[in-house]
Amino acid sequence: MSCKEFLRTLLLAGAAALLSQAVSAQDVVKVGLILPMTGQQASTGKQIEAAVKLYVQQHGTNVAGKKLEVIVKDDAAVPDNTKRLAQELIVNDKVAVIAGFGVTPAALAAAPLATQAKVPEVVMAAGTSIITERSPYIVRTSFTLPQSSVIIADWAAKNNVGKVVTLVSDYAPGADAEKSFSERFKAAGGQVLEQLKVPLANPDFAPFLQRAADAKPDAIFVFVPSGQGGTFMKQYVERGLDRAGIKIIGPGDVTDDDLLPAMGDAVIGTVTAHLYSADHQSAKNKEFVEAFKKANGFRPNFMAVGGYDGMHLIYEALKKTGGKTDGDALIEAMKGLKWESPRGPIAIDPETRDIVQNIYIRKVEKKNGELYNVEFATFEAVKDPGKAKK
Amino acid sequence: MTASMANPLVAEVAGSLAIRARWRLPEIVFWLAALATIFLLPGRHLILTEIAILGLFTLSLDLILGYAGIISLGHAAFFGLGAYVAGLLALHAIVTEPVLALVVSGACAAVLGFATSFLVLRGSDLTRLMVTLGVALVLREVANRLDWLTGGADGLQGVVMRPVLGAFAFDIFGHVAYAYSLAVLFVAFVIARRIIYSPFGVSLRAIKGNPLRASAIGIHNSRRLVAIYTIAAGYAGIAGALLTQTTAFASLAVFDFERSADVLLILILGGIGYLYGGLIGAVVFKLMQDWLANLTPQYWQFWIGLVLVLIVLVGRERVGNWIRSARAAAGLLLSAKRL
Amino acid sequence: MLTILFDGIAYGMLLFVLACGLAVTLGLMNFINLAHGAFAMAGGYVTVVLVNRAGVPFLAALPIAFLSAALIGAVLERTLYVHIYAKSHLDQVLFTIGLVFMAVAAVDYTMGSRQVFIQLPSALQGQFNLFGIGIGKYRLLIIAICGVLTIALQLALTRTRFGTRLRAAVDDPRVARGLGINVNGVFAVTFALGSGLAGLGGALGAEILGLDPTFPLKYMIYFLIVVTVGGTSTITGPFLASLLLGIGDVAGKYYVPKLGAFVIYTMMIVILVWRPHGLFARAAAR
Repeated sequence: MSCKEFLRTLLLAGAAALLSQAVSAQDVVKVGLILPMTGQQASTGKQIEAAVKLYVQQHGTNVAGKKLEVIVKDDAAVPDNTKRLAQELIVNDKVAVIAGFGVTPAALAAAPLATQAKVPEVVMAAGTSIITERSPYIVRTSFTLPQSSVIIADWAAKNNVGKVVTLVSDYAPGADAEKSFSERFKAAGGQVLEQLKVPLANPDFAPFLQRAADAKPDAIFVFVPSGQGGTFMKQYVERGLDRAGIKIIGPGDVTDDDLLPAMGDAVIGTVTAHLYSADHQSAKNKEFVEAFKKANGFRPNFMAVGGYDGMHLIYEALKKTGGKTDGDALIEAMKGLKWESPRGPIAIDPETRDIVQNIYIRKVEKKNGELYNVEFATFEAVKDPGKAKK
Repeated sequence: MTASMANPLVAEVAGSLAIRARWRLPEIVFWLAALATIFLLPGRHLILTEIAILGLFTLSLDLILGYAGIISLGHAAFFGLGAYVAGLLALHAIVTEPVLALVVSGACAAVLGFATSFLVLRGSDLTRLMVTLGVALVLREVANRLDWLTGGADGLQGVVMRPVLGAFAFDIFGHVAYAYSLAVLFVAFVIARRIIYSPFGVSLRAIKGNPLRASAIGIHNSRRLVAIYTIAAGYAGIAGALLTQTTAFASLAVFDFERSADVLLILILGGIGYLYGGLIGAVVFKLMQDWLANLTPQYWQFWIGLVLVLIVLVGRERVGNWIRSARAAAGLLLSAKRL
Repeated sequence: MLTILFDGIAYGMLLFVLACGLAVTLGLMNFINLAHGAFAMAGGYVTVVLVNRAGVPFLAALPIAFLSAALIGAVLERTLYVHIYAKSHLDQVLFTIGLVFMAVAAVDYTMGSRQVFIQLPSALQGQFNLFGIGIGKYRLLIIAICGVLTIALQLALTRTRFGTRLRAAVDDPRVARGLGINVNGVFAVTFALGSGLAGLGGALGAEILGLDPTFPLKYMIYFLIVVTVGGTSTITGPFLASLLLGIGDVAGKYYVPKLGAFVIYTMMIVILVWRPHGLFARAAAR
């Protein structure tokens, strides 16, 4: 074509591009996803990112007439980074929601920003009770440790476990788990012989396991962050504690689905209480696990399901507000939402904005050549005990 | 004093020192550009604040590494102490005015520096590396242990900052925080510059170059090293306090080994021994890291590693030569224009 | 209590195998190789792949881990490290940290971020009781292998010609060159050996310390502690230092769990203040 025609086409194309930009800028809803993609918590970040991607891919990016965009940022689980990234996302990228938060300090660091900017903070991973109390804009879709610890205390008290040694990692979630377990267990008539705290960095569990074994309990209540469960179980088996009749009980972090397939047969028979098992027998979960495995090559774990449900929450809230991104409206929409998640039925408590879910007692068994946490008892609609008391 | 002043040699030396200490054009341009960013780049103030704080922290390391030859992998100990002191002062309303709290935090860090300075006087480079690292790690454990005071792994919660000098309140956009940090950085820099160009500073360089010879001409090595270590610790404490004040938060991560290692990296990257190395290194490193992390949130470490490896292979002298020739060309251009 | 002693010795021996390569490189070539942990990680992952995916028996995989790490070390030494020898310590720090970052990210990309486990043969799992001491079979294997290695290294250093050349090169490279010793060749072989040992240590340590992409960064501190406390001019120095630190760490955590993490750092500071060049160093003629 002639030079003039070429220039005209170019101008038209440019105008069209600009117009579409202008139009789309108004109709885009951005979600800021702050996750530990590097560092020691990287596996948490990977699981959640994969789950979020899966949800968006399955449900499309059109929500309530707007286009949803997810911006992923790596905070390496350092709270200073989290705060700065959250601030940038809110101020520069103008996100409607901030989500993710792989560890408790990260979620706490962003809380004042959520309050000041009136931006909902969806916690998909962190598990300490007080998080939702730090800001009226925090909603949680992950779990709280007391939820699992209290249930396993109940179960243990009813199943011939009288004396327990607690062994937890020396940080806030560990202290949370230990406290809620001990209170409930002692109230049910059990005895806590010793309370051991393992440093978070470099856990060689040998001396602590030895000390626990020396106290001769019926069981050891264990909580370690999701990356360390494997090493712990290996060393537990190495010392022959299973044959000495000392059971392992605790929240399911120690038999995390992410690591379970590789742990080896020695962990068969371990009983834990947790919110999610990849083996959960429901049609929704089977579909979820299959799709996840196909897209990523590894199994989803309880962190992934927290991410998946977090996205569902955001989508549903947007649909309820008709696409409005006003923080207060979104929070109101999120309160009281109930739905069927791959883990089972869950709901957001309207008073505490925390998650209410089933907790399952499971045992590690081998199915089709792979290790799974097989659920055999269900405790329904468990609220966070830390707040339920008040 | 009068007798030595009468000596013309002393006057000559003082004169040459004064000439070296004069502000040069590139320096003025640098600070004017920094000032301009307050008005020209309002959207980037958050990361610029981080750069300013990092720059101050790296500057403090340059004081001991570049000018006294003390290599430290635990400088975060002073950074962290300053951070927590500032946080606690604000949290318990002991000192609510930020600038005053800043000075107090710096002083506390300086005291710690003084107390631990005796550990770094003896031994080889490797010993110093490990001893300083050990101090930082022990301090981290102490902070973790005293969680009733520090909040432990959750970090210091509920810090609320009062307005700077009673007038400038911290805002969510980070404007006040940046202006405040930049001001603190500038003041600290000017003071450090005075110290470096003073006879004391020159004696430090003598000690770094050849400790035996320096002590032979009557310089008391240990005393001066202790002095500069204390000052550097104070600076690091001020940087840490700035971090707490601008983010209203302090966590155990301030003591991390990664923080000490990062600042050492940045200083080596920017160049040791000329004060601006820390600042330039901080700008380059932080911007590069941010850009890479946006491109690939998971694997940005790989590219940073590659950049570091390439820089060393190519040779920092060669890069320095390129910069020098660029500067010379610019100088020629300017002088040509004047003609 | 003797069980704790046993555990501490095993832990210490493991640290020694991991760290002695670093001690030799530092002492011999005056080269700060912070990427040492990456070679250990390489050996660990090679073993994981061989044992878990290819079904190679664990004991057979160990020498392969050693050789592959040694090979990687030799290649890197000839291609990259050789350019860095003459540069300052600071440049070496920058370079090797850059290498570690690359290694960590590369392993994260290829093998995933989660921790990996080696499927041990059942013969190595569990404990048996000997005079009331619980002897972990795997830890016993570690002590056995590391003990043999230490003796072999010490003999090689003192009784072989290569060892003599190595010691000469450590004491005074210039004079050694003058006597016709191929110091560069000695460097290359020693570096490869040190990396190989690290690889072996990584393979052995995966079970106890846990293997994931952040391994080099997590454990670098411990290697450095061993090397600094033990001094770099002998093999026995780091050996005794690792034993001391291993037992101290494990015993500290057992008897005074509240102070658990302090013990190792405080011990290091105290020792270094008392003996700045390490417990067993002779002042090198440099």
